[in-house]
Formats: sequence, C-alpha cells, structure tokens
Amino acid sequence: MSDMSTIFLITGTLLLAYMLIGLLRLALGPTVGDRVVALDTINTLVVAGMILLGAAFKEIIYIDVAIVYALLSFIGTLYIAKYMEGGM
Amino acid sequence: MIGAIILTSVLAFLAWLFMTMGSGNLLYLWDLKEIYAGIFFSVVTGVVAGRFVKGKDWRMLNPARWFLFAAYLIGPFFIAMAKANFDVAYRVITGKIRPGIVRIRPNLKTDLGITMLANSITLTPGTLSVDVDENSGDLFVHWINVKNGAEEKDICDYKLVCGKFPDWIRRIAE
Amino acid sequence: MIPECVIYLFLGIGLFFNFMGSIGLMRMPDIYTRLHAATKCTTFGSIFTSLAVIIYGILWWYDGHSSYAPLATHTIVALAAILVTNPTGAHAIARASHRAGVKPERAVVDRLEEVKLP
Repeated sequence: MSDMSTIFLITGTLLLAYMLIGLLRLALGPTVGDRVVALDTINTLVVAGMILLGAAFKEIIYIDVAIVYALLSFIGTLYIAKYMEGGM
Repeated sequence: MIGAIILTSVLAFLAWLFMTMGSGNLLYLWDLKEIYAGIFFSVVTGVVAGRFVKGKDWRMLNPARWFLFAAYLIGPFFIAMAKANFDVAYRVITGKIRPGIVRIRPNLKTDLGITMLANSITLTPGTLSVDVDENSGDLFVHWINVKNGAEEKDICDYKLVCGKFPDWIRRIAE
Repeated sequence: MIPECVIYLFLGIGLFFNFMGSIGLMRMPDIYTRLHAATKCTTFGSIFTSLAVIIYGILWWYDGHSSYAPLATHTIVALAAILVTNPTGAHAIARASHRAGVKPERAVVDRLEEVKLP
C-alpha cells in the first residue's frame, strides 16, 4: 500500500474551499433559517475535512475531535432551532 | 431498573471494544489492560446513566431485527439515497422545481418507527419531513417536485412519496 | 493498484456531491429547497470521502501496521454520527422555520398551514 497523504490533503483543501461558498450564504441569508442551514452545511464539511486531514497527517486524534465536533454541532443546531420556534 | 443498568453497561463495553480495536495481541486485536479499563469504565457508565433509560420496550434486542435493519440500510435505502442525490444535482443545475407540503399517513405506532421513517424520508428522493402530528402519526413532507394531481387530495398516498419504506420499517421496528 | 483506484473514485464522487451541496445552497430560492440540497448532498458526499479513509486505514492495517486500525474504526463511528445527526438537524430547522412563519416559495400546496399543531 503506497503513501497517499497528498491526495487526501488536496481533497481536504477543496472541502475548505466549499466552506467559503457556505460562508457567503451565511453572510447573505435573508432569514435566520437560511443562516442556520449554511452553518449546518459548514459543520458537516468541517467533520468530513477533519477526517480527511487525519488520514493525510496520520493523526488519529483529528478523527476523535471530528466525532465530538459532529455531536456538539448537532446540539448547537437543535438549540438554535428551539430558539427560532420561540420555546426559549 | 437493573435491566437498564446492565444493558447500558454492555453497550458501553461494546463501544469501548470497538474504539480500542488494534491496541494489542489478545485475539490479535486488544491489549489486556484495555479490557480491564473498559470493564471498569462501562460499569461506571451503566450505574450513572442507566437511570435515564426510561423505555419498557425491549423488542429491538431481537437479533433478527438487526439483520433486517442492516439489509434495509444496504439495499433499498442506499439505492434510494443514490437516486436522491442525482435528482438533487439535476435540480440544482437546471432549477426545475415545483415545491409543496403534503400530508401522508404511514400508520406507524411507535416513536422509534416514526423517527426512522422521518430520517429515511429526509435522505431519499426529493422529500424532506417538516412536522409530525403526534396524535395520529401523520407526517408533513416538503416535496420538491409535486406530481400532477397529488396536491388535490387531503391526505396523499404514501406510496407516491416514499415507496415501500413504511412497510420495511413496520417489519423492523413494530 | 485496484484499491488505490477505488480510493480515487470515492474521493472524486465525494468531492462532486459536496460541491453540488454548496452550489445548491446558493442557487435554490428558499430555505426548504436549500435544506434539500444541503442535507442530502453533503451527507452523501461525506459518506464517500469517509469510505475512502476507511478503505485506506483497513489496507494499511492489513499490511501489518496495527497503529492504523483506529483510523478505520474511529472513522466508522464519526460516519455513524453524521448519518444520525444530519437528517435530524435538517428536520429541526425545517419545523422551526415553518413555525416561525417562513412560507415555502412558489408552493403549489401547503397542507401544514391548514392545521394547527400544538
């Protein structure tokens, strides 16, 4: 099995570029909901990018951080949704 | 109560074994020290978190249901998900949409079944679950391309929206 | 050679669908259609990029480097977390914004508006 760190690094960097598109929607979004959708997309891309960077740099700890980030960002999304509904 | 503590401990220990795979030579996979630490921490987790397990429903412990669930995930669900993504990519490029929110009645009784159906609907072609009526179990589904004629009926036929998913989920979860 | 081609193919599929998700976020007209694009495409794309990492970890593990085993197993756990949390979060956002009064644009039918849920 050959070393493939470069291709994982390139893929992770491209995901970072996609996050910029999401960031544009986060800045433009007319309603609160649009901004939350953009934030949710960015969170998913961050998790996928962290997994790829973990494979590129051969650091397992990045993937553990990705697990915790996925669960915590989910709780954050739920809290913002609850706030939008007017329950808080 | 004691059953909930034992169940939580066993699940925590299985998760520990999965996460520490490849750490030593016992069965080519585990280190003995990891196993001791895993038993200690999973018993602590079970005692602390077992009291939050409120359910009285043990039917998901049947292994036949697990195999059915795995077959559902690999077979019809994955195919529908792949179709969904090409569908969404097509609509993103061309911009052809005809959106609307319809009501479907899948006749599922348990909370677990409704949750699984709502998540499946969100990940499959052109549909997104928006809200649920908790008395009757009806789901309100945002449909990106409403078929002609489907918007006139009060309760839409679920076969048009999500195919055979409710029948699979009835077999898995109820 | 074949496993490397599979890894390249999976990374390509993942990049394509993640790109579609990001573009859909900009092109779609209202929040519900944006949720369609964002949730489905990024979940599917992340599944494929993570599968590439899982295959990579398993191949190194098979070659005798047991320190690569957590790369595969922990990625499986992260993938399961994405698969469970992503549609649930989308459902929460859609429900909250409908209750906050955002109407679907260009809708031909809206059955949820006719009933009053608690």
